[in-house]
Amino acid sequence: MNPQLRRLFLVFCFLFVALIATATYWLWRAPDLEARQGNPTLIVRELEIKRGLILAADGRTPLAANRRRELEDGRVWWLRRYPRQSLTAHAVGYSTIGRSRTGLELSLNDFLTASNANLSTVIDTTLDRLRGIPREGNDVVTTLDLDVQRAAVQGLARSCGAAVAIEPSSGRVLALASSPSFDPNLVESDFDSIEAITAPCRPAAPLLDRATAGRFVPGSTFKIVTAAAALDTGTFTPESQFDDPGFCILFGDRVFNFSDQGTPAGFGRVTLADAVENSINSVFCNIGKELGAGTVLEYAKRFGFYERPPIELPAEEVLISGLYRNGRLYDPESPREVDPGRLAFGQERLVVTPLQMALVAAGVANGGVVMQPRLVERIVSPDGDVIQRFDEEEWKTAVEPSTAADLTAMMVRAVESGTGVAAQIPGISVAGKTGTAETGVAGRNNTWFVAFAPAERPEVAVAVALSDQTGTGGATAAPIARAIIEAALGRNT
Amino acid sequence: MIYRIDPELAFRQGLWVVAGVAVFAALVLFLRDYRALDNVKYLLGVSAIVLLVLPALPFIGRTINGATLWVDFGGPLVFQPGELAKVLFVIFLAGYLRDNREMLSYGAAGQGRLPSPKHLGPLLLIWGGAMLVLFQTRDLGGALLYFAIFLVMLYAATARWSFVAAGLALFLAGAFALYRVIPHVQDRVQGWLDPWADPESQSYQLVQSLYAVSSGGVFGSGLGNGILLTPEGDPYIPFLETDFIFSAIAQELGLAGGAGVILLYLIFAYRGFRISMLAQDGFSKLLAAGLTAALAIQAFIIIGGVVGLIPLTGITLPFVSYGGSSIVANFVLLALLLMVSDRVNRGELR
Repeated sequence: MNPQLRRLFLVFCFLFVALIATATYWLWRAPDLEARQGNPTLIVRELEIKRGLILAADGRTPLAANRRRELEDGRVWWLRRYPRQSLTAHAVGYSTIGRSRTGLELSLNDFLTASNANLSTVIDTTLDRLRGIPREGNDVVTTLDLDVQRAAVQGLARSCGAAVAIEPSSGRVLALASSPSFDPNLVESDFDSIEAITAPCRPAAPLLDRATAGRFVPGSTFKIVTAAAALDTGTFTPESQFDDPGFCILFGDRVFNFSDQGTPAGFGRVTLADAVENSINSVFCNIGKELGAGTVLEYAKRFGFYERPPIELPAEEVLISGLYRNGRLYDPESPREVDPGRLAFGQERLVVTPLQMALVAAGVANGGVVMQPRLVERIVSPDGDVIQRFDEEEWKTAVEPSTAADLTAMMVRAVESGTGVAAQIPGISVAGKTGTAETGVAGRNNTWFVAFAPAERPEVAVAVALSDQTGTGGATAAPIARAIIEAALGRNT
Repeated sequence: MIYRIDPELAFRQGLWVVAGVAVFAALVLFLRDYRALDNVKYLLGVSAIVLLVLPALPFIGRTINGATLWVDFGGPLVFQPGELAKVLFVIFLAGYLRDNREMLSYGAAGQGRLPSPKHLGPLLLIWGGAMLVLFQTRDLGGALLYFAIFLVMLYAATARWSFVAAGLALFLAGAFALYRVIPHVQDRVQGWLDPWADPESQSYQLVQSLYAVSSGGVFGSGLGNGILLTPEGDPYIPFLETDFIFSAIAQELGLAGGAGVILLYLIFAYRGFRISMLAQDGFSKLLAAGLTAALAIQAFIIIGGVVGLIPLTGITLPFVSYGGSSIVANFVLLALLLMVSDRVNRGELR
């Protein structure tokens, strides 16, 4: 039997050498593994860094701060705490050990941990380490205005949806709210309680940032884009006459109007401005057919569709708006693949984020130029020096200023006497557009209000989107938008 | 090492070691001639199966982490009978193969056909029973271990690679069938093939284990300096003190320490096979080889699992992991091996 035993022993030798070889392989791959999110080695090393604060636009109120914790062996760890709890949970995100990071905590991690290497920071951190001083990160001053943010969060209350407020002239994001929200302090210690959050939608998905990554059907709010195309191409004017029979014929089928005011009958002879005011689907359906899907989509792209809005959030948290097919973004090769009539009034597989619709409103408000949206004002070193300032930049030129002016006038009428009366603010002219998108399931409408104010010199553009609604955009979303606008304008008075 | 992770566990482990040594001493003192075990091999074979079935029984069986491996008699009396069954299984195989090795090896070699069912029957039966039980309890590591022990001993007894090849083919077929049927197995295999696909849940343990192994470097972070625990004091890797103890060793003692542990098992295997070679009778030879193989294979399966060489399965690292049943069973294994060795030495003296 001994020869067999000898051979068996050799087999074992081989197997154990293979084990050592595998372990060595992982050693060799160590730099790769170290860079991965979720590697505790990296996370723990970063826990020894005093992360920079994340501050509101006032430059004083902390949205993310640190908690000192001394370990038994004398080392000090800096753990994150979020004094405002759920208020800015989605934009600020969280930085934890167990569940890595999201939001600005992720995208600005290099600044917050002062690993944004240049020669002087490298020397500084090395000196600090030698002197035993904890490495300190840089503070981030955001553009979030807590009054506006609070109005948005309170407005959304218990519903499922999101609200975005942008300063049109600069692209500053004043509020970015998603509901249901969560308390980022609990992510590490009590994740079960976050998973247990319920909301009138399924799944409640409190961690999802619906403002930047929520999938909504734009419905009638997309008529702003269609109207922009209609006017900017010179095909129509606000006074162009249409005959509204109350329906539009698509592929031989009649598509009836879904007026936000529930008027079933046709409006008869109307102008384009009347159609915006009363959100008449059949008119837009015919405009869409006249313009063609290609032109409408081109204008959508001019407003930023089919591109990831360049906000400072992690790319995976910002959804690209456009047509979707089987859950994937879809840019038709031929316009004939798309039904222009349904596209024109915002159905036809369109998926948009509240952020994108706020950018549409901001673009119209800003004379046709869409400013680059941004959440960060400046980065400040621990000594108080401004390391980086985030400047205003133009992102898209969507339409001519005259087109923007025409659109503004029509949207003002929609709030004065049309579908958006619930957004009226005494003494201020609000320009707005409602939306009530059907998802094919009763009680599951997406309702919208997209607006900006004051119409003459816009200071804030807002988009509010709600899911799983039975009411209309004018009744559900417009009051929330009004509260946000009031908060934003109150800021300046 | 366990002390490093959880001092309280280390104390309990200490008690278990004491118990293990006591069993070890008792066996050496009272079991004068281990060859008496040869006479009761069928009884032991059947007991092995009974022990394996226990966890699957209602009331006393306990399922932990997807595998039904524990027996709970209430209070602290929770144990894994599979560990002890392993030793009994080896004794049975040693006795049985000794009796039938001629028939098994020559029956087929001489006449070019398979050994007669009469000789092969009981073997396949016992083995098949063990396999069935293991599959039923979802203990993949255990199934692999038993099968490998079986193949090693079969080869040692018959010197026929064809048996090993056939056995391996059979095992792969069985494993594939299992893979299709049991989601638990699919998770494990998927997690092994592409650990980075789902590092948050499916392959969380493996990925964390790889992080630990890779961060250890050549000499490790030093005992007590590894990053094993979260600020809340929980290990990053679930089952760190049992299945994943090697990851902790590799991180804190580095490649040098990890390789050292592996080499210790290799030295053990060397000593074990040496005892087997020197032993005089077939039963002793097979017993020593089987016990040695059992321990070495077990070490290979779990270390291979945590470094990603083979799919991850939950078994203990002999003498290192936390686990009472494992410690006691391995001391029994050691005691038997020692007795074989003792006999060899006396034989030489005489």
